[in-house]
Order: sequence, then structure tokens, then C-alpha cells
Amino acid sequence: MDYSSFLQMHEEFSLLAAMVSLLIYDIFAGEKALKYFQPVALVLLTAHTILNCFPRDAFDIAGGMFHYVPMQTYVKSILNIGTIIVLLQAHKFLNEDANRIKRGEFYFLTLSTLLGMYFMISSGNFLMFFIGLETASIPMATLVAFDKYNRKSAEAGAKYILSAVFASSISVFGMSLIYGSTGTLYFTDLATLITGTPLQIMAFVFFSVGLFFKISLVPFHLWTPDVYEGSQTNITSYLSVISKGAAVFVLFTLLIKVFGNLVHQWQPILYGLAVVSITVANVFAIRQQNLKRFLAFSSISQAGYILLAIISGSAMGMASLVYYVLVYMFSNLAAFGVISVIEERTGKVRMDDYNGLYQTNPRLSFVMMLALFSLAGIPPFAGFFSKFFVFSAAAAQGYYVLVFIALLNTIVSLYYYLLVIKAMFLNKSENPIENIKSDFPVKISLVICTLGILLIGLFSTIYNQIAVLSFGM
Amino acid sequence: MNFLSLFVLIPVLMMLGLFVSNSRKQIQFITATGASLLLILSGIITYMYLTERAAGNVAEMLFTADTIWYAPFNIHYSVGVDGISVAMLILSSIIVFTGVFASWKIDPLPKEFFLWYSLLSIGVYGFFISTDLFTMFMYYEIALIPMYLLIGIWGTGRKEYSAMKLTLMLMGGSALLLVGILGIYYTSGATSMNLLEIAKMKIPLTAQYYFFPLTFLGFGVLGALFPFHTWSPDGHASAPTAVSMLHAGVLMKLGGYGCFRVAMYLMPQAAHEMAWFFLILTGISVVYGAFAAIHQTDLKYINAYSSVSHCGLVLFAILMMNETAATGAILQMLSHGLMTALFFALIGMIYGRTHTRLITEMGGLMKVLPFLGVSYVIAGLASLGLPGLSGFVAEMAIFVGSFQHTDTFHRVMTIIACMSIVITAVYILRVVGKILFGAIQDAHHEHLTDATWFERISVVTLIIAIVAIGSAPFWISGMIHESVIPVISQLAK
Repeated sequence: MDYSSFLQMHEEFSLLAAMVSLLIYDIFAGEKALKYFQPVALVLLTAHTILNCFPRDAFDIAGGMFHYVPMQTYVKSILNIGTIIVLLQAHKFLNEDANRIKRGEFYFLTLSTLLGMYFMISSGNFLMFFIGLETASIPMATLVAFDKYNRKSAEAGAKYILSAVFASSISVFGMSLIYGSTGTLYFTDLATLITGTPLQIMAFVFFSVGLFFKISLVPFHLWTPDVYEGSQTNITSYLSVISKGAAVFVLFTLLIKVFGNLVHQWQPILYGLAVVSITVANVFAIRQQNLKRFLAFSSISQAGYILLAIISGSAMGMASLVYYVLVYMFSNLAAFGVISVIEERTGKVRMDDYNGLYQTNPRLSFVMMLALFSLAGIPPFAGFFSKFFVFSAAAAQGYYVLVFIALLNTIVSLYYYLLVIKAMFLNKSENPIENIKSDFPVKISLVICTLGILLIGLFSTIYNQIAVLSFGM
Repeated sequence: MNFLSLFVLIPVLMMLGLFVSNSRKQIQFITATGASLLLILSGIITYMYLTERAAGNVAEMLFTADTIWYAPFNIHYSVGVDGISVAMLILSSIIVFTGVFASWKIDPLPKEFFLWYSLLSIGVYGFFISTDLFTMFMYYEIALIPMYLLIGIWGTGRKEYSAMKLTLMLMGGSALLLVGILGIYYTSGATSMNLLEIAKMKIPLTAQYYFFPLTFLGFGVLGALFPFHTWSPDGHASAPTAVSMLHAGVLMKLGGYGCFRVAMYLMPQAAHEMAWFFLILTGISVVYGAFAAIHQTDLKYINAYSSVSHCGLVLFAILMMNETAATGAILQMLSHGLMTALFFALIGMIYGRTHTRLITEMGGLMKVLPFLGVSYVIAGLASLGLPGLSGFVAEMAIFVGSFQHTDTFHRVMTIIACMSIVITAVYILRVVGKILFGAIQDAHHEHLTDATWFERISVVTLIIAIVAIGSAPFWISGMIHESVIPVISQLAK
């Protein structure tokens, strides 16, 4: 066997190199040299991102186990940028005395999940897919329980790992049925072998549960609010954006590549899931007082909107999906960035605590407002464009009723996003949160997010680039 | 870069300037300069438009420019104006200009106020210059969202409730609209979202039956179509002066303009079939709005309900689908925009002095505030359609046009709508008589001071515009009439 072809996995190797060198650095460097741990790590990751943001030609490795198409480069780049933003926001948290000792682990675990997602995205075989999925889930559970002496965090970790394992096992069961009925696990072969027998449909349903869990669609969402609330805020933002972004892309490619023949079966399933996810999540979000739980429900409904792009199954749908994930990443990370800064300094995460925030922290409230408007899909912010494209992709296939239901839900979502804005701008407070001087890395991260929210909508270059490489059924 | 885009660019520059400004002087300078530039620009556009037409250019839209924006969705940034848009640009510029002076001393947070105010004007201008459905929709939504903060922070009364109600109802309208737009685009088979191109396509009849009501209602919500008008009284009553002016004066016209330009122009068959239903709704708007205004005691509520009635008349006239009535509709948009802005400006100024808007608590203000009093009388007379002022020209054209239909249904509707003129006279004269004449009700009111220079600028500009349209309507109605013809001929097919 020719192992040299393995070297084509640029992204994976470069990430692995960064990870391992950081681990060695963390273990062997002395106290003095460790001062530069975070800057070095961030520089390494930035270099990794820049080196790997150029799409190459499609190729297969190990007989199709690993399957690369150029589009994956963009998805991986989005994940990279998101990870860097999260790490920038976690900078202060990791520099605290209690956490400094665990800093290396934090980075290693985060990057392991990222590596897992890489493999999941580029898999060409269900085994490879499963390995990727698990590599992404198990370190994630550790990260959720990172603050282990905090009861909520430990509880969230346990909740996450138990439900994740349960979901994966159902998923594996589905894969076994697929293998049983077709005799292969390679995606390329399966495309023709899956013909829509009842067993295969059952296999599909079982299999997809694992991914629906990751994306946290209703009714697989019950873990989301508790885990989001319990884990450290930076982990929450990582969970809500990166992990979800990878999973939706994989879901899309699997549906069109492997289950293309079952299109008449999965379209109604996704239709129902989209309606239920958006609606239920919106209804629950209205009542939330804790902002992390609030954003958990908001992220569930956002996932529902993403399904509108998936359901179309077209190239336009894929482009809208990737673009949506990109925009959602900037918006959500901006919102979580503000929440994490405020939570870290004051410990306040309730909506009432944000009353009168504009008086004391105009900049933070401004960023938060942009993020929420973008999530709600208000022009001229990027969220408007991404929502429009997603709706447009669904409407192009004739799903007008679905688009209409989703649009009615955007009104509900605007209501609860406005509640936060109302708290910050309109409400008065006796003891508002004092003026917070955020540290430099957080500032950079918020600036990146703000620029993203303001610019990627108005300038069409990024979307057009994505559209060139997208493919559909 | 097309010079029409200056209408969007100037407010953007204003926003940037405001962002770095830090004293009230600078803020006033920036906003006043920007608003004056916009006013001058609209004058230049009008002049250029008229000379171009006089030179024999018969293209439907002039000064067009087209840039591909999102190629995969065939979204273009395309701009162009015809007589209707030019009229609306003039209206917007006058009101943005006067709004700046009406909120010269806004407090607190003047910087933030004008930032949002500029964003609002970006939405308004952009909507009127664009000819691409997507761009239009985008600007429409840009104009909605600053309202929440403008009313919520600087408003009066039940401002939080009103702001939320207004925002959510208008978003609801835009949700209907978006489905309509997507439906129009995908069923027409056009290769771009440009209005003029889609107009050449034939949208299948079944699709028209679905998407016409959606689009019409979507825009109709903003045009205060009964029963979706409820945001308007609360919203306008709670909003700060300049925002009430801009919102009632211009934003509600986005609704009428959109119904005409998008819904009816692109889906003429369905418009014919369904017009009766919407005619009844608009008829209710007209009469109900006027009756509701009689019952109010708050000056702003009176004017807000009167706006419902007058804007109902705009949609009513559009649905009559003939040239005279449609010209009247556009003139009514213009005239109502100006006089309602004048009303709101005056009410804001009176409220700033008396600290009450209840007509039961005021009286004899003409003695202490002669300038504001006389202006209020002029606005009132324009509103009830006195010849020589703009309201007369518009309503005359509307009712003459509507009566051209020979069938009973249209004639009965016209007669019912005509009743609103009488009712308008009732509530206008009642208010004028109650608050301006008679004895002074409150001892504090005896020492009020009359309008300041910046208030006078705002009021005089609006009065000049009202008188100009009312006494010499030919050039502007000619310009509008020419541009109404393509839409009406589309409807006549």
C-alpha cells in the first residue's frame, strides 16, 4: 500500500502537528516559557488556518475511506476561524490562577474535537464517519465538565456524555442495518445500493438520530439548554457553533450522496423536524431568563432554519447552508463573547441583570445588539442575507408553506431578541453592571465578529466563492 | 456608481460623521448639512428628470444603473426612477429635512437618535430608488428596525408596548411580503429580480392567486390597511416628533407605493379578480379611521387615526385601476405625507410647551402661540381638502377617477369613501376650535413662548410645499400621470 497518498490530508496533518507541538510545549516548557503559551498557540492556529484555506482538487485516500472535495476546505476554514475566536474569548478565563494548570488540556481537547470534525466531514465510509463523530464527542464531554468542581458543569458533562453515547449507539445500530442490507459501508457504493427497502428506511432513521442529536433538533434537543447553561460560556459557544456547523454540513452531504434515492422519504421527515424545531424552540425561548439557556433555544431554532437549506438538496441549498453557518458563527460568537465577558467579571447571566447596560457599557451593548439583530435576520446585517438565501433555496423547490411557517417564526424570534435589546437600551436599573474593561484578545474577537456581521452580507464575494464549489443532487 | 445612490450614500456618511462626533453642535451641523444636501439633491433630480422627459426620453425608468450583486440568486443592485419615485424622493427629502429641525434639541442621547434616524432615512430612500425586488425588500426592512429603538427610547406614553407592537406587526407584514416576492420570482421564470423584467413575464394565474394577496397584504400592513392598522395609532402616538413625521409622512407611503409597483404591476390578472375584496377593506379603513379620529382626545391619536383614513384612501384609489385615480393616489401620498408631517411637528411643538396633548386641557392657544396656531389651522384646512392646498388636488383626482367606473359596486364604494371628507371636517374643526380659540384653560399656558427659529424652518418648509402643490399642481401631476400609465396599461391587459 502506498502510504504517501496519506500526505494529501494537509488539513488534518497540520492540525495534528499544531496539537502535538502544543502538548509537548505545555508538558516540557518551564514556568517562564509557559507565559507565552496562549499567544504561541493562537499564532500556530492562525498559520494553520491561513495555510489551509485554499481549496484543492478532489481526491480519495485508502480506497475511498477518506474523501475530499474542495467545498470541505471552506467548511473547515469556517470551523478554524470559529475555534480561534472562541479561544481568543477564553484567553482571560484560562489565565486565571485556578485554570492556568489546565490550559494545555483545554487547547488539546478543543483541537481534538476539531480534528474529529475534520474526519467526519471528509469521511467516505461510515466507519470513518463514526470515528470522527466519536473523536468529536468524547473530548467535548470532557470540555463541558471542564470546571469539574462546579456542580452544574459536572452535571452538564454527565448529561452530555450519556445522551451523546446513547445517540451514537442508535446511530451505529442504523449503520449495522445498512451494512446488513447492502454489504458495504462506502458512500460511493451505497449511493446505488440503497434503493428504499423498508429495512434501509429504518436504517436511515436510526442512523440520522446521531446527527440530529448533534445538531440538537427538536425532539433530540433536551440536553441542549442544561448543557449550555452548565458548561463554561466559551465551551458553550464552541458547542453551539463549531460542533453544530460541522454536523449540518455532514448531514447535507450524506443525505444527497448516500441517501439520494430516499429523497422522498427524508424530505417529509426534515420538513416536520424543521417546523417543530423552529416553533418549539421559539416558544420556549420567550420564557428564558438565563441568557445562556435563552441562546440555547435560539440556537435550536437557528438549526431549524438551516434545515430549510438542507431540505432543498440543491447546490443552491448547500451554498446557503455553508453561508448560513458562517454568518451564524459570527453572530452567535459575538453574542456569547459579550455574555462570557460579563459573566466572568460579574457572574451575572440573567436578562434582568442586563438592564441599563447601554448606560455603562455602550460598546458591549452595541456588539450584542448587532449580534441579536443579525440572528433575527434584520438588514443590513449578514443574518438577513443568510436567512434570505436559505428561504430562497427552499422556495426554489416549491416549499412556500414551509418558508411561510419559518417566516412567521422569525417574528416570534424577533420578539425575544428585542427583549434583550429592550433590557439593554430601554430599561433602567438601580444597580447596572459597572463599566467593564475587556482584555485585548476579547476585543479582537469581538471586532472580528462585528466586521463579519457588517461586511459579509454587503459584499457578495464570499458567498459567490462558496457558490462556485457547492454541489447538490 | 450612479448618482441616485447618493441618496443612500449621504445618510451613510451622516452616520459615519455622527459616529465620531461628540458635541451637540457637531451633531446639529452634520445632520443639518446632510439633510439640506438631500433636499438639494432631490431638487436637482426633479429638474434633471423633467428636462430628460422634455427632451423626449420615453424609457419607463430613467437614470438606471445595474450592478450584479449576488450572481447565483440573480440579485442585482439596480436603481432607477420614474415620476412616482421622484415625487416620493421629494417628499422624503422635505420630511427628513424638517424632521431634523423639529428634533433640533432632542434629549437624551442626541447622537444615537440621529444615528437611528439616518438609518431610517437610508431605508426610505433606498426603497424608492431601487428597481430590484430583493433590494427593495432589504431597504423596506432597514426602515422598520430603527423604529423600535427610536420609539422605545425617545418616545412618550406607553412607548415600550407601542414600539414592540409596531415592530412585530410590520415584521409580520414583511414576512407575508417575502413569501410573495420569492413566489413572484420563482414562478415568473425571470432571470433577474428586476421589476421591469418580471413585468414582461407572465406569472401563471394560479400562482398569482396565491401571491397577490400575500404581497398586497404585506405592503398593506405598512399602508395601514384595515384590520392591520392597529400598530399605527399606538406607534405614532408614542413616537418622538421627528419619527412620527417620518413614519406617518413617508414610511406609510412605502406601503402604497409597494402595492402599486409590486403587487398590482406584476400580477395584474389577480389584481383584477381580487380588487373587490381589498376595496371593501380600504373602504372600511377610510371611514373607520375618520370616525375613530372623532372619538379621540389626544392630539396625536387624532392625527394617527386621520392618517389611517387618508392612507386608506391611497390604497382605495390604487385599486380603482384607472389613470386619474392612480395619479390622485400618488398625489394623496405626497399631500398626506406633507400635511401629516406638519401636524405631527406642530403637535410636538405644542406638547413641548404645554406638556399635555389632551384637547380637553387646552384652549385659546392662538393668543399665546400665534405662529403655531396659524400653522395648525393651515394644516387642518389642507387635511379637510380646502382648494388651493394640496389635499384638495389629491382627493379631487381620486374621487373623480373612482366615479369613472360605471358599475354600482364601485360607485357605492366611492360614495361611502366620500363621506370621509365630511367626517374629516368634523374632527379637524372641533380640534381647531377647542385648542386654539376660546378661553385659555390653564394659567400656565399664558406665558408660553412662540416657535423658535429652528421650529419655524421646519414648519415653513412644509407649508410652502403644501401650498405649492395645492396652487400649481400641474407640473407634478403631469410627471406622475406619465409614470402611472405603464402600470395602468399593464392592468388593462
